[in-house]
Amino acid sequence: MAEITLIEGVRQGMDEELARDDRVFLVGEDVGPRGGVFRATQGLFEKYGPERVIDSPLAELSIVGVGIGAALYGMRPICEIQFADFIHPAFNQIVNEAAKLCYRSNGEWTAPMVIRAPYGGGIGGGLYHSQSVEAFFAHVPGLKVVIPSNPHDAKGLLKSAVRDPNPVLFFEPKKGYRLIRGEVPEDEPDLTVPIGPANISRSGSDISVFAYGMMHHYCLAAAETVAEEGIDVELVDLRTLYPVDRETILESVRKTGKALIVYEDNLTGGYGAEIAALIAEAAFTHLDGPIRRLAGPDVPAMPYSHPLQDWFMLNPEKIAAAIRDLVAY
Amino acid sequence: MSLANETLLEMYWVMLLSRRLDERAWILHRQGKIAFHISGIGHEAAQVATGFALNRGTDWLVPYYRDLALMLAWGLTPREFMLGLMGKSGDPSSGARQMPSHWGLRRLNVVSHSSPVATQTTHAAGIGLGAKMRGDDIVILTTIGEGSTSQGEWYEGVNWAAIHRLPVIFLVENNTYAISVRQERQMAVSNVADKAPGLGLPGFVLDGTDVFEVHRSVHEAAARARSGEGPTLLEARVHRMTPHSSDDDDRTYRPREEVEEMKAQDPVNRYRNTLMERGVLDEPIDEEMQAKAKSVVEDAVEHAEAAPYPSVEEAQYPVYAEDVREAIHG
Amino acid sequence: MSTEVKMPQLGESVVEGTVTRWLKKPGEAVEEFEPLVEINTDKVDTEVPSPASGMLLKVYVGEGETVDAGTLLAVIGEPGEDVPAGTGEVAVAAKTPSPVAESAASADTTQPSRVRAGKRDGLGFISPVVARIAAEHEVDLNRVAGTGRDGRITKKDVLAFVEQRAAAPAAAPWEEPASGELFRPSEEVFGTPAEPAPKPPPAAAPGSVEPLGPIRKAVAEHMVRSKHTSPHVTTVMEADLSRVVAHRDAHKDGFQRDGVNLTFSAYFAAAAVEALKEMPVVNSSWSETGIVLHPQVNLGMAVSLGEQGLIVPVVRDAAQKSLRGLAQAINDLAQRARSRQLKPDEVQGGTFTITNHGVSGSLFATPIINQPQCAILGVGAIQKRVMVVESPAGDGGMSDGIAIRPMVYLTLTFDHRILDGAVADDYLGRVVERLNHWS
Repeated sequence: MAEITLIEGVRQGMDEELARDDRVFLVGEDVGPRGGVFRATQGLFEKYGPERVIDSPLAELSIVGVGIGAALYGMRPICEIQFADFIHPAFNQIVNEAAKLCYRSNGEWTAPMVIRAPYGGGIGGGLYHSQSVEAFFAHVPGLKVVIPSNPHDAKGLLKSAVRDPNPVLFFEPKKGYRLIRGEVPEDEPDLTVPIGPANISRSGSDISVFAYGMMHHYCLAAAETVAEEGIDVELVDLRTLYPVDRETILESVRKTGKALIVYEDNLTGGYGAEIAALIAEAAFTHLDGPIRRLAGPDVPAMPYSHPLQDWFMLNPEKIAAAIRDLVAY
Repeated sequence: MSLANETLLEMYWVMLLSRRLDERAWILHRQGKIAFHISGIGHEAAQVATGFALNRGTDWLVPYYRDLALMLAWGLTPREFMLGLMGKSGDPSSGARQMPSHWGLRRLNVVSHSSPVATQTTHAAGIGLGAKMRGDDIVILTTIGEGSTSQGEWYEGVNWAAIHRLPVIFLVENNTYAISVRQERQMAVSNVADKAPGLGLPGFVLDGTDVFEVHRSVHEAAARARSGEGPTLLEARVHRMTPHSSDDDDRTYRPREEVEEMKAQDPVNRYRNTLMERGVLDEPIDEEMQAKAKSVVEDAVEHAEAAPYPSVEEAQYPVYAEDVREAIHG
Repeated sequence: MSTEVKMPQLGESVVEGTVTRWLKKPGEAVEEFEPLVEINTDKVDTEVPSPASGMLLKVYVGEGETVDAGTLLAVIGEPGEDVPAGTGEVAVAAKTPSPVAESAASADTTQPSRVRAGKRDGLGFISPVVARIAAEHEVDLNRVAGTGRDGRITKKDVLAFVEQRAAAPAAAPWEEPASGELFRPSEEVFGTPAEPAPKPPPAAAPGSVEPLGPIRKAVAEHMVRSKHTSPHVTTVMEADLSRVVAHRDAHKDGFQRDGVNLTFSAYFAAAAVEALKEMPVVNSSWSETGIVLHPQVNLGMAVSLGEQGLIVPVVRDAAQKSLRGLAQAINDLAQRARSRQLKPDEVQGGTFTITNHGVSGSLFATPIINQPQCAILGVGAIQKRVMVVESPAGDGGMSDGIAIRPMVYLTLTFDHRILDGAVADDYLGRVVERLNHWS
């Protein structure tokens, strides 16, 4: 087994799907010779050529809209939005078109496609290179929303997303692109991770912590810290936000009686609110304390200056403190 | 390219049928039998000529809501139209989920479209991209009103097709009104076709009441697309002889005289007169066709009125491709 | 067969329309699709084409009238056909089942019994899972020690209790802690009042069971609740009523002439109220957010109803009343209490209570606080007793004498959460002082 970075997992996933299925192609800004601003598509232009690794005009709406058209024709586009912050011009195409095609055509037309976007802050990206946008899309039936937290899942989930017959939004924790490393089997060319099931990345009995993406990585570190104090954390990596794995979430809360949901996005109306509501509705009599959300503050976006960014961002210390507080309840 | 008399009569038949179905839709609405109708009266010549200039069945169509005549030319049946109009089970476009005239027909390569305008333009470019990647010899026709060319989405889609020389025909059905707003408030240029040079593709203004001119132009644009020369922007000047939709009252924003003038230039009448002059059509044949159109409309209405509504359970599906019971896709 | 013409719904958001003009009169013939009536709506003015050929038999909605979409406008048919009489809306929308909501199919609806989740007196916050486990395992949560924040009973605590209980052999009766308060530390008694342990019925119950009347039941419930709510402490003092008796003797007849029976109760009430004015903290209630000081004195006077129980009518705004006013109010309320003629609001809203248990010979007692008040004044029997009268001479008691005086024991039972002993004594001392030196 080789240890690789999260972005390498993404790259390997795309590479293998491009090789496996000639309907698959990449489209996005700077994905061609440059290999993507984060280098996620590095080497793929050279390998698959300009017809399958396409530099798009600087217009996000068209990346998605043209992707939908190609998908309607039977292709399997992987559309890259350079930063999740820039996905908003394509909101109409994603929400009104891709998500509703199957339903509005009574199943005659679908848009099998992947829309990749690096998301999240902590990289000095300021307001428009730091956003978490998952909550907007995890509200929309017809879409699937996936966020990997490690190289193995990044590769396996991306491959599943390419093969999924529906539009899949694939948000990648960009701060973790090179920070998060992990082992991925080399001798398993068809490694896939199914869309849907959450992963209990750490089994424990005192408290259930729910997270995804970069925050999952931080939660793992926080869990290790409090373990030394005798607190036994169960950590659930949600992986697929929509449709969410209800049973794994509820099962964990039934076991521990306490639920902390950690997400980087603004607190209000964030994705964690849905998890909190689910637990309150379906596991109320198993609760031994209030359901807690630990999330970003309700300011419009992440500020650039370092101390201000640190104030906005969660980190393992803040998460450990929240765990201690809820366990002590 | 000269058209056989048979084809000329067939085109007349589709125009006639479209007009009668459209008129009946208005009546059904005023009788309270349907909730909504959006009309194509005045657009028939341009739509039918366009449809007949393409390879119906193999070429792809990405239409908009005013395309009843084009859809009939493409293969939609009057019964299917009525089922959609009444929201009945068997509506082929959406299973009666969408409002009427929101087309979609997998069997004829007609792509489902929505109500927000100009979203279909990038889809047409994407289909063209897919066809080009596959090396398939097809043309993609996408239609739109002139008002919707104000949308950024429209520019982005046309831009894509121009960059990659995609086999797409962008047909703008310019009736000068976007609901109540005249063209002068939509754009500074006199013609939508004037936008084409800035985007790097040829653009032409056509008399949309002239079947022959439209047929010839679409045919040429298709030939250009098939030979790899890329997209064409065609602007067919047509008349919207009715309010925008059954919810609209055009007396609030345009004089009756204007509508009366339009009626004098009714494209269906114009085409009938031309066919009469050419000796392709005579009064007895016309009367026979008129009577037949009436009976086809009656049949469609009766069929749709007798059809059941969809069951409420159907409203829950299909949200995802996995929900589609019969595999349609390869 | 006749055909109905209804007001069409001419638009997505249009719900009604106005008939502007009938283009046909009843009795006239009309062709299908021929314009029949002109209507006007918020969005559209239009002619309605006739849905059928025939005679316009009847018109239901006149020109200028506005009706809901779907309303019957007219009927077309053959001459002589029957037509509906009504003019109301005939269209009834078919009832379709509401869409299946994404439901709480798996929603957790287990209903725990006994102690429910939430804030519970003496137990603190009981979480949903603790309530459920306690119900399932029949755990008396009063016996579970809490290790959570502020002593909250956590899931682990209750599970440990269940486990321990299962592991331990059933204890002999004498090994179970007694439930009486006699040998328990006062902090425990006051701090964590226990739910009354359900007592098994006696093995062989001799005698009969008297059914409980509503007042008896209410009294019982209130007494138990009060004891569980407030830590009760009672302080006792005595008062010399010589001056009160003299005052009463001097004014009794005058009051009587005005129809007012001047009872001793009026004096006690007057003294208690005057002291409350000086010490508002006694005229108060406990709350979790703070001690609620009541702006006016509403004085409860306990009245015995014999075997049926007791009731406490309230003298509103007693601080504004003179001795005469108090006497009058007390007479009136007591009389109506015994004849069951009190209005509901005359037994509510009390802020301080006086119970005159002396009327039945009791010297002193420890009454139960009338919740949510702070204290209750108990008045014993007035008794002539031999008292030592200290001489003011300052001769070391050499000139002290013995006198016979009308004496009474007064008790103040108070909520120790609000008042400390010294404060309570201060208050009771002021009452005594007033009675001792009545003028």
